Amino acid sequence: MPPRGDTTAPLARRLQSAAAAPAVLFFRLLEAPFQLIQRVGGLRPMPYLFLAPNLAFFGLFVVVPLFVNFAFSLTGGTNLYLSDRVWTGTEQYEFLLDCTNFTDPLTCREDRFWKGIFNTAVFIVFQVSFLVLFSLITALILNRKIRARGFFRAVFFFPVLLSPVVVALIWKWILLRDGILNAFLVSLGLPKILFFVSPEWAMFWAIFVSIWAHMGFYTLILLAGLQAIPPDLYEAAEMDGTSRERVFRRITLPLLWPNLLVVIVLALIKGVQIFDEVYVLTGGGPGTATQFIVQYIYTTGFSSQVQNFGLASAASVVLGVVLFGLTMAQLAATRRKDDV
Amino acid sequence: MSDAISPRPSLGELLSARRGRGRRRGRLHWTDVFTWVYLALGIFLMFGPVVWLVLSSFKTPAGLVEFPPTFLPLGQISVEVAGHEEPLPLFRATLEDGSVRELAQVRRIGIVSQMVDPADPERTFRVPIDRRAPVREFRMAFENYVDPLKRFDFTRYLWNSVAVTVAATLVTLLINSMAAYGLAIYEFRGRRAIMLFVIGTLMIPITVILVPVYLVVTSMGMVNSLWAVILPGAATPTGVFLLRQYMLTIPTDLIEAARMDKASEWRIYWRVVMPLSLPAIAVLAIFSIMWRWNEFLWPLIVLSRSEVYTLQVGLNAFQGELDVQWHYILAMTVVTLLPVVLVFAFLQRFIATGIASTGMK
Repeated sequence: MPPRGDTTAPLARRLQSAAAAPAVLFFRLLEAPFQLIQRVGGLRPMPYLFLAPNLAFFGLFVVVPLFVNFAFSLTGGTNLYLSDRVWTGTEQYEFLLDCTNFTDPLTCREDRFWKGIFNTAVFIVFQVSFLVLFSLITALILNRKIRARGFFRAVFFFPVLLSPVVVALIWKWILLRDGILNAFLVSLGLPKILFFVSPEWAMFWAIFVSIWAHMGFYTLILLAGLQAIPPDLYEAAEMDGTSRERVFRRITLPLLWPNLLVVIVLALIKGVQIFDEVYVLTGGGPGTATQFIVQYIYTTGFSSQVQNFGLASAASVVLGVVLFGLTMAQLAATRRKDDV
Repeated sequence: MSDAISPRPSLGELLSARRGRGRRRGRLHWTDVFTWVYLALGIFLMFGPVVWLVLSSFKTPAGLVEFPPTFLPLGQISVEVAGHEEPLPLFRATLEDGSVRELAQVRRIGIVSQMVDPADPERTFRVPIDRRAPVREFRMAFENYVDPLKRFDFTRYLWNSVAVTVAATLVTLLINSMAAYGLAIYEFRGRRAIMLFVIGTLMIPITVILVPVYLVVTSMGMVNSLWAVILPGAATPTGVFLLRQYMLTIPTDLIEAARMDKASEWRIYWRVVMPLSLPAIAVLAIFSIMWRWNEFLWPLIVLSRSEVYTLQVGLNAFQGELDVQWHYILAMTVVTLLPVVLVFAFLQRFIATGIASTGMK
């Protein structure tokens, strides 16, 4: 911060300090109460004071909701306020988990929920494996000594920053009945494909688009891992005339494994929560072919005629348990990485 | 792989390369070919869709429904013809004798089009409509961008998005940096527990607690106000963690010296530690801007009146309408994407290091 009243300061700096003036004023105003507390209580209350606002937010919007969520899942009715709700015990869970045959969603009482779980399972199996595969290939290629490396890194990374709505609309425009992809198919003499009418195609594009949008993020993590591998290992291998395939199998892959594990678990955690881009792209359709767990929670709790908060909460508790397991796996994976 | 690290070959290596053991230099390994094919495909697949979006966003509604689509946005040429007040659309017509002429259309009656020669307005022709094709030139339909800003609520959505992004980022920076300061500078009872708690909240994404957060927001009377979007996500574990790690690198001597000079704790926070943490704060600011600008699920739940829609929710509402107006949607998608691209172009380095160092986005 330049000293005040310094008229010889260059214009840019004076503009900067003018822009910072509201911030400075804000911090100055808060100085008095903080000083008062420090004068009375000394240093002891200060850390708690600094932590208070953030912790209050966490409490109000994370911790309290976590418990309330559980309470919600044990009640029924359509009222939002807990005091007006009917205690139902584990009824919501029983309703959700009532299936005569767990391998077939249609035999479940709440078949939409199970369809959502099945869809999510199919989705993450394909999405995570191809996402990790392509991120790995991209990271390996970007780690080579290629021309314009920074440019290519940006090429693969920029979709990460696009909003899911934008990503979905970009692809929807390409995949429409009269879109450019169908024009390409027609020019090859093939028939048009109605991508959003066929369940298989809709699922394919849901997986494809989410890989397109998120690959750059995982590539970046793997790239950082690749660059941390000591170069002397490669030099030694080069001296021995080791083939590239062997170098990859014996040096790159084992040393990258901890990062790869982290990437797999992170991709699983994100994959289980898939909603945004697929919801805009397919709306969960055709029918329920691309409806996932989060969309089930959203529709049940918020967008249907009858807002069934209890059922939505029970479903999110189930989702929470799955995510908790995955996060534990992630922590285990990260710990392994620190040991290596 | 090995190309990446081996130094340039010496003269001796070059001379003996042909007979040397192992791989010969200069010969293409399959991975070299693969690399270039992959990169070329990558550019096409990653950039292509965005280029197509931008090109399409400048097409007229008529140009958008055309199949097969044209690559560039085109508009039909109109010509002034003596004796007609309005400019007339120009066509290339095939006449009965097989000759092709450029004619302007006066009016269309059923399947026959009444046309006139622009060079010679006295001569009129009657041409079946399937024997004429419009004459077009490269033209960008800027009205796709201008109209929504005037006619729809798009300016409002834009403003809402800007307000949410700016306010939420300021709140996040303030409370996260205060918490990080508390955790980095002081030794106190419960520090470890609080640190674990902060990291623990990472495990609870909003998707798991949608209903109860909605309850909290409702009981605070914030539903359908922008505060409902701004506040719940303001305290981010990522931000606290990132800033704390950075503040730990600030030498304690500096803070001790400030205390000797009778600076209050609050003063040390905002005049010593904050300025020194600017790089980390910049990273968090960029992250927060991206999070907030792109946020979708939570605003979708909590904003149900169109006056408070953010851009993302507004765009989704438009694309879900029965009669989808793609020419406006595409243009507004470009507007929504623009700030992010600008941020990326200028601050790519920050973003990359931020993600690589926190493992989060």
